[in-house]
Amino acid sequence: MPAGTDIAKSLKEAVDRDMAFMHICGTHEAAIARAGLRSLLPEHLKIVMGPGCPVCITPQGEIDAALELAGRGCIVATYGDLLRVPGTKGSLESCGGDVRVVQGIHKAVGIAQKTDSDVVFISVGFETTAPTVAAMMLTKPPENFSILSCHRIVPPAMKWLLEQGEAKLNGFMLPGHVCTVMGFAEYEQFPVPQVVAGFEPDDILLGLLMLVKQVKEGTHRVENAYPRAVSREGNVKAKRIMYEVFEPSDVEWRGFPVIRGSGLRLKEEFSQYDAWKKYGIMYKHVAKHPACICDKVLRGIAQPSDCKMFAKACTPRTPVGPCMVSHEGACKIWHMYNVRKT
Amino acid sequence: MCVAVPAEVLEIKEGNIGVVDYGDLKQEVRLDLVDVKVGEFVLVHVGFAIQRLSREEGLETREIFRQVYAAMEE
Ligand code: SF4
Repeated sequence: MPAGTDIAKSLKEAVDRDMAFMHICGTHEAAIARAGLRSLLPEHLKIVMGPGCPVCITPQGEIDAALELAGRGCIVATYGDLLRVPGTKGSLESCGGDVRVVQGIHKAVGIAQKTDSDVVFISVGFETTAPTVAAMMLTKPPENFSILSCHRIVPPAMKWLLEQGEAKLNGFMLPGHVCTVMGFAEYEQFPVPQVVAGFEPDDILLGLLMLVKQVKEGTHRVENAYPRAVSREGNVKAKRIMYEVFEPSDVEWRGFPVIRGSGLRLKEEFSQYDAWKKYGIMYKHVAKHPACICDKVLRGIAQPSDCKMFAKACTPRTPVGPCMVSHEGACKIWHMYNVRKT
Repeated sequence: MCVAVPAEVLEIKEGNIGVVDYGDLKQEVRLDLVDVKVGEFVLVHVGFAIQRLSREEGLETREIFRQVYAAMEE
């Protein structure tokens, strides 16, 4: 199916100045790269990927904490995407510990029910994922089970990006799956054009067109171009469960400093399941690999192809940074679709 | 890991577990986060239904997600 030629034409007519929009979703990036949408955009219109890959924004200090748990003899249960992310000493895949890939937290609890060993689930993910973890916490998992909470929530990072201004953004395409769960009411606090967009090439182009129109009108609001799946209030039950179990915490993101209220930690009542406390693990900040520019890619001020190692020293088989590891990482996606500098 | 796929609910079992149909694959998923009935569509992420979808939305998005994710997994 040729991607939205009509919408692409309207976009060309509408864009009369430099505009840059950020999306915050690995699935959006994959859909954009797959359909070659960047090549259809007018010269003055840029769409950049921000911190939309949960594995990529997980800082190295948290990968090191997972490695420490494996080193102490715990069974570490994790999503497959995390396996090859380099820590300070190797990765979960190469560490020699008992590391098991699971589909979700319920499978990790299942492992714990069948063993006497300690099982720790490495709990990464945005608001799409955190409610699933919260739901399992409410089912009273066995005592030998705990989670290393590495969750992040999106709005505080957007706030940081806007305050900081380095990426010179005119607006945001909001993350569809996050908004499916959370709704979009909490984004109304941001005084910039925002659109919730779907995942078809046409949906994405339409979202861009709506953003461009807002910029030209000099207005800002949250528009919902994906009403089939997203509502203003989201999944109320999932949100309630998430905040029953978690509370906001101040945490670092890869490529970002500590952002207030951008993490989720288990509330006091659930502290027996908190691996940070149970094993007394201290989070340590780790300086980034000098040549990897994942930090800039995640902040939307560089593209994968700006990195000297892209597709040379750094490939999906020999990843240097997390953006080349995760299926949602910009470097991995660009490598797969062979996207050249646009 | 952030993939989410639409599926139809075929059966609801004890303990918040349901059987869903992705079109070419049936699987058990957890239903803790949604209130659904048999025959409704849900969006499934990391083994959990995270939101209800209309039937049209479910059928429509299934194909595009399948293509995008198949490519992402390569
Ligand atoms: S290509 Fe590799 S080294 Fe360069 S930014 Fe991406 S992950 Fe980092």
